[in-house]
Amino acid sequence: MIGEASSAKVHGLHLGIVALLLVLNFILPDYHQSLLSRILVLSVFAMGYNLLFGYVGLLSLGHAMFFSAGLYGAGLAVAHLGWSVPAAFAGGLVCGALLSLVIGVLALRTIGVAFMIVTMMFSQAFFLTILYFAAWTGGDQGVVVPQAGRILHLGALSFDLVDPTVRFIAALVLFSICLFVTTAIIRSRHGRVLVAIRENEERTRMLGYDIFANKLAAVVVSGTICAAAGAAYALLFGYVGSNFASIQYSILPLLWVLLGGAATTLGPLVGTLVMYYVIDITSFYTSAYLLIVGVFLILLVLFFPKGILGTIRQRWLGWLP
Amino acid sequence: MAFGPHLLLAVLEGLVSAAVLSLTALGLSLVFGVMRVVNIAHGELFMLGAVLAWAISNAVGGPPALGFLAALVLAPLIVGAVALVAERLVLRRLHYEPQATIVATIGLLYIIQQMALTFYGPEARPVPPPFNIRIALPWFGYSGYKLSIVAASALVLLATWLVLTRTRIGLVMRATQYDRETAQAFGIPVDRVYAGVFALGAMLAAIAAVLIVPISQAHYLMGQDPLLLSFIVVIIGGLGSLRGTVVAAVLIGLSDGIVSMFFSPTLAKIIATLIVAMVLVFRPQGLFGTPTR
Repeated sequence: MIGEASSAKVHGLHLGIVALLLVLNFILPDYHQSLLSRILVLSVFAMGYNLLFGYVGLLSLGHAMFFSAGLYGAGLAVAHLGWSVPAAFAGGLVCGALLSLVIGVLALRTIGVAFMIVTMMFSQAFFLTILYFAAWTGGDQGVVVPQAGRILHLGALSFDLVDPTVRFIAALVLFSICLFVTTAIIRSRHGRVLVAIRENEERTRMLGYDIFANKLAAVVVSGTICAAAGAAYALLFGYVGSNFASIQYSILPLLWVLLGGAATTLGPLVGTLVMYYVIDITSFYTSAYLLIVGVFLILLVLFFPKGILGTIRQRWLGWLP
Repeated sequence: MAFGPHLLLAVLEGLVSAAVLSLTALGLSLVFGVMRVVNIAHGELFMLGAVLAWAISNAVGGPPALGFLAALVLAPLIVGAVALVAERLVLRRLHYEPQATIVATIGLLYIIQQMALTFYGPEARPVPPPFNIRIALPWFGYSGYKLSIVAASALVLLATWLVLTRTRIGLVMRATQYDRETAQAFGIPVDRVYAGVFALGAMLAAIAAVLIVPISQAHYLMGQDPLLLSFIVVIIGGLGSLRGTVVAAVLIGLSDGIVSMFFSPTLAKIIATLIVAMVLVFRPQGLFGTPTR
């Protein structure tokens, strides 16, 4: 199925998308440039979610904790400890990786509905912990990351992440790295084992693959990618708040992935983009954005369980990654 | 206040929350037990019950008891009807497939929440209790209404138990829970049983909400805590086990009341949530349940 020709097509498509986004940076008006950089960071979050939900078939309702592990790991390191941008970003990644390792070891003992509830419970405990240590985390008020700490020094060069263009490019770099990393993972041997687990766990076990180890690796990679999105969000947008750890932020990546198409590489970007612009456009007419989210969720599971790109792949473009 | 009376007060408060909790959790447990559907919108159906109770008691007017009684009858019926519509229009079309129904009930959660915010508003509003009697204990006075909540919940629980174990409806429900396909083969209208169970689960949550609303106001975000606590109760008690659900509700309600009176409520919630997650990880059938076949 994945031949040389289609491989070239896939990489070409991904490069084309990245190039298109780079061009958009220079032609979009300020408001849309800022919105799009936020969408890029959040679609990295959705990509991390997609790796677990789309390819392994594990529905987690607790990914907000991985996102906010990165968010708080990076944001508080700058705000309280005065760490530099690269150190804080790495700190956020480490927090997300360690947390997802612990949660993965525990939660993967369960399957199906129990897995969803366990991840939701752990995420809720994490959210409450953030509220409990309000002295450091600012509780539900959150913490503003000081602008002085958000300057990236690379050798002699320094980039001010507050600047809209720098911020957009930084978000795009992160997005591109994650896009190519996830594409590489799902096309690797490990990635095919993950899909095999999704399709038939028992048969994969019988073929001699270690189900637990493969799933755990997927949880850790997924959690770390989400943490990367969180850390980038803290550094680029300068705000860390408990809202990002609430159950709503566990459900949003599920919505974005379902909308864009689960188990497609570009689905997370498409889903996040469409959802953000739907809310943005309808906000002229109504403030009832939760209603739109709810209606979208129900319509999607009822009529388009494969999402936008999943449907396109099924009907017209079989090679779509 | 000395330690003894303080503890008594905590136990009384805990009993009240346990009573309401066991009704709410029983609704969740029935729906999961019979239909294998995890209803994430259960907390919002609870909230809807409370908000409707405010609206009905306001519309009726007159003495508080009249409005309250009207709410106690009408609010559960309306909530049950809403649940019935959701079941027919959405859940049945998804063939009760677990992942899809979870996503759909999340959608339902947002829709109900937004409707409440739009039509009811962000304020928290009280409903006057049907009667005001203070029962004088030697150390403090205690609200008679709160004690009547415990009695009313016990009555509803007893009625549910009788229906489940002593009537034909209960027999049909248990048969569906035990083996859906065999039940269907024996001519049980599984489809209608599912619709009825989903409505019944929602009505139990609504009754609990109407009972609690005179002592804790109606608010559009009030559904989240009951949802999590019901999950906790249902998991500890063993999914689909009625006796386990009631025992766990009393256990959780009491310990929640006592712990949050002496320690920070946030800390109490963190510990409870972590314990439940661990129970689910290491003993998935619950503390009182038996392993599934």
